[in-house]
Amino acid sequence: MWDYTEKVKDHFLNPRNVGEIENPDGAGEVGSLACGDALRLTFKLDETKRIKDVKFKTFGCASAIASSSALTEIVKGMTLEEAEKVTNRDIANYLGGLPEEKMHCSVMGREALEAAIANYRGEKVTKEQFEVVCNCFGVTDREIIKAIRENDLRTVEQVTYYTKAGGGCAKCHPKIEAIIENVRKEMEREVAPVKPEKKRLTNIQKIKLIEETLGREIVPALKADGGDLDLIDIEGNRVYVALRGKCSFCPSSEFTLKQYVESKLREFVSDDIVVEEVRP
Amino acid sequence: MKPVYVDNNATTKVAPEVLEVMLPYFSDLYGNPSSMHFFGGQVQKKINEAREQVADLLGAEASEIVFTSCGTESDNAAIQGALDSYPEKRHLITSRVEHPAVGNVCTYLGRKGYRITELSVDREGRLDLDELKESITEETVLTSIMYANNETGVIFPVEQIGEIAKSKGVPFHTDAVQAVGKIPLNLRKSTIDTLSISGHKLHAPKGIGVLYVRKGTKFSPFMIGGHQERGRRGGTENVPYIIGLGKACELAKKNLEDENTRVKALRDYLEQKILEKIPNTLVNGDRVNRLPNTLSVSFEYVEGESILLLLSDLGICASSGSACTSGSLEPSHVLRAMGVPFTAAHGSIRFSLSIYNTKEEMDYIIDHLPPIIQKLRDISPFWKDYLKSQGKR
Repeated sequence: MWDYTEKVKDHFLNPRNVGEIENPDGAGEVGSLACGDALRLTFKLDETKRIKDVKFKTFGCASAIASSSALTEIVKGMTLEEAEKVTNRDIANYLGGLPEEKMHCSVMGREALEAAIANYRGEKVTKEQFEVVCNCFGVTDREIIKAIRENDLRTVEQVTYYTKAGGGCAKCHPKIEAIIENVRKEMEREVAPVKPEKKRLTNIQKIKLIEETLGREIVPALKADGGDLDLIDIEGNRVYVALRGKCSFCPSSEFTLKQYVESKLREFVSDDIVVEEVRP
Repeated sequence: MKPVYVDNNATTKVAPEVLEVMLPYFSDLYGNPSSMHFFGGQVQKKINEAREQVADLLGAEASEIVFTSCGTESDNAAIQGALDSYPEKRHLITSRVEHPAVGNVCTYLGRKGYRITELSVDREGRLDLDELKESITEETVLTSIMYANNETGVIFPVEQIGEIAKSKGVPFHTDAVQAVGKIPLNLRKSTIDTLSISGHKLHAPKGIGVLYVRKGTKFSPFMIGGHQERGRRGGTENVPYIIGLGKACELAKKNLEDENTRVKALRDYLEQKILEKIPNTLVNGDRVNRLPNTLSVSFEYVEGESILLLLSDLGICASSGSACTSGSLEPSHVLRAMGVPFTAAHGSIRFSLSIYNTKEEMDYIIDHLPPIIQKLRDISPFWKDYLKSQGKR
């Protein structure tokens, strides 16, 4: 039996926002009966261009249904610009995590959202534009590359868990291996130039980089759990933040600060950063 | 929550009578059956009795019974034992629907240079015996075909298979893990050379199995060690479990009639009601040649794991051949080999009954299953599409 979190069970047993919106502003569908899971997502925007209503229909296992339900809860109220930044990790985090073998369910959610937004904008995202790497499950190189980048994947097995690619006849495993190697090289090249710069930051650059990192890496994940964070002050290597929303009374806020916020800032800004909480 | 347990092809409850006879051999009667003193000797006597009980259920001689640790060991021993006996022959015949205990051994041997023929099955899960005839060559060392399939319950014509193998001088092994205790066997009048049993499928505990080896069959041991089991399986006997399995076989023989009348009637009742109450449902496998306790059904447009978890929430324990439950991404190899369409393969559920099931439990399932399927179909994008295509909405 899979070790599902209570939140996964809750969203499976009581899925939110089931259905199909008539005359939606955007509609996206991914997966198929043959593949064993599929998700049809429809949304409607309000006058301020925020997602007013969003509904899903899903064929699949418990984690597929829970991921779909979570996705709709996450994006409701967002602008499309905000929604398109939602990653599969946000969906998994919202559910308190998924078994790694089931991460493809969260990826399916993100892909359906992407397809629905593209549909709203009149863009056509078709598989034909990309190379199909895994014929058993019809997975393209684009999807594999995206999963590797967003989830820091390193092995073929992980790619299968996240995208299903390679989960059938296994003939594409060498191809997937080659893609992993390429993408990881690219990722290293992208990260590498940042490192020497770490020491040479001016104060202004540093503040800017901290702000960017908070906005890109940290705040969206906290928001997915109903929390938030404000930057209060920066003194040398000390960063003072205030936790907001659910985070402010979360028993694991200390953990969040040290293990998550601090480690992200150390990774992206400077190795000597210390994060401290300012209480109101 | 008291479970409604209908997953007996996965494992069964240890019969209380079985547990009772086992207990003294964990405490007071701990002697080693190989010992010369009376303390070991009295244990040896009980093991001999258990061997008789197993032989009696199978219609075999006690000397043909080899105790092992599980069904998987029995399968490995049967296959390896044959290969070792005929090292010059490099071809095996099996089917596409075997349990992994045979299937994966064959895959492994394929990598080691053996040629493997996997016989196909038709839509009903039946073998083509002509394909078997054509496959056998001078090179063939063993034919290993299961007695009855664990997922669908389809019973294979093992006597005919054995006849064909025998006529070409090829030994025949059958994995009878699902058949023993559910249908009558008589190995004295059989073409089977070696046959595997697993204790925990017939109300004995997990961790005990049997390999039947017909007198005169060439065989070399898989587990090499001491003189136990007349040199055919080394290792000190798992005394309490062997004695438990003996008792379980004695009970199974008594219960065979109940299994094939009352249990079969319960299964048929469950099947009939499910088909009646839930549209777009199909039964997987040959409904005539089928174990009396097994029902594999597919519900179109929904996925098996979701069904199982909703059933589990109500205390109903079944299993599925869907991708998500197998831990792989594809539906079970059995359903794929049968060519069950994808609309149905992902939504397959197996109910497997035992003598402990009751009519009330069947009614409980029949009451609760239709709303579960309906709930999942309401969530499924394909169900509405299907209804539209039928002009129903």
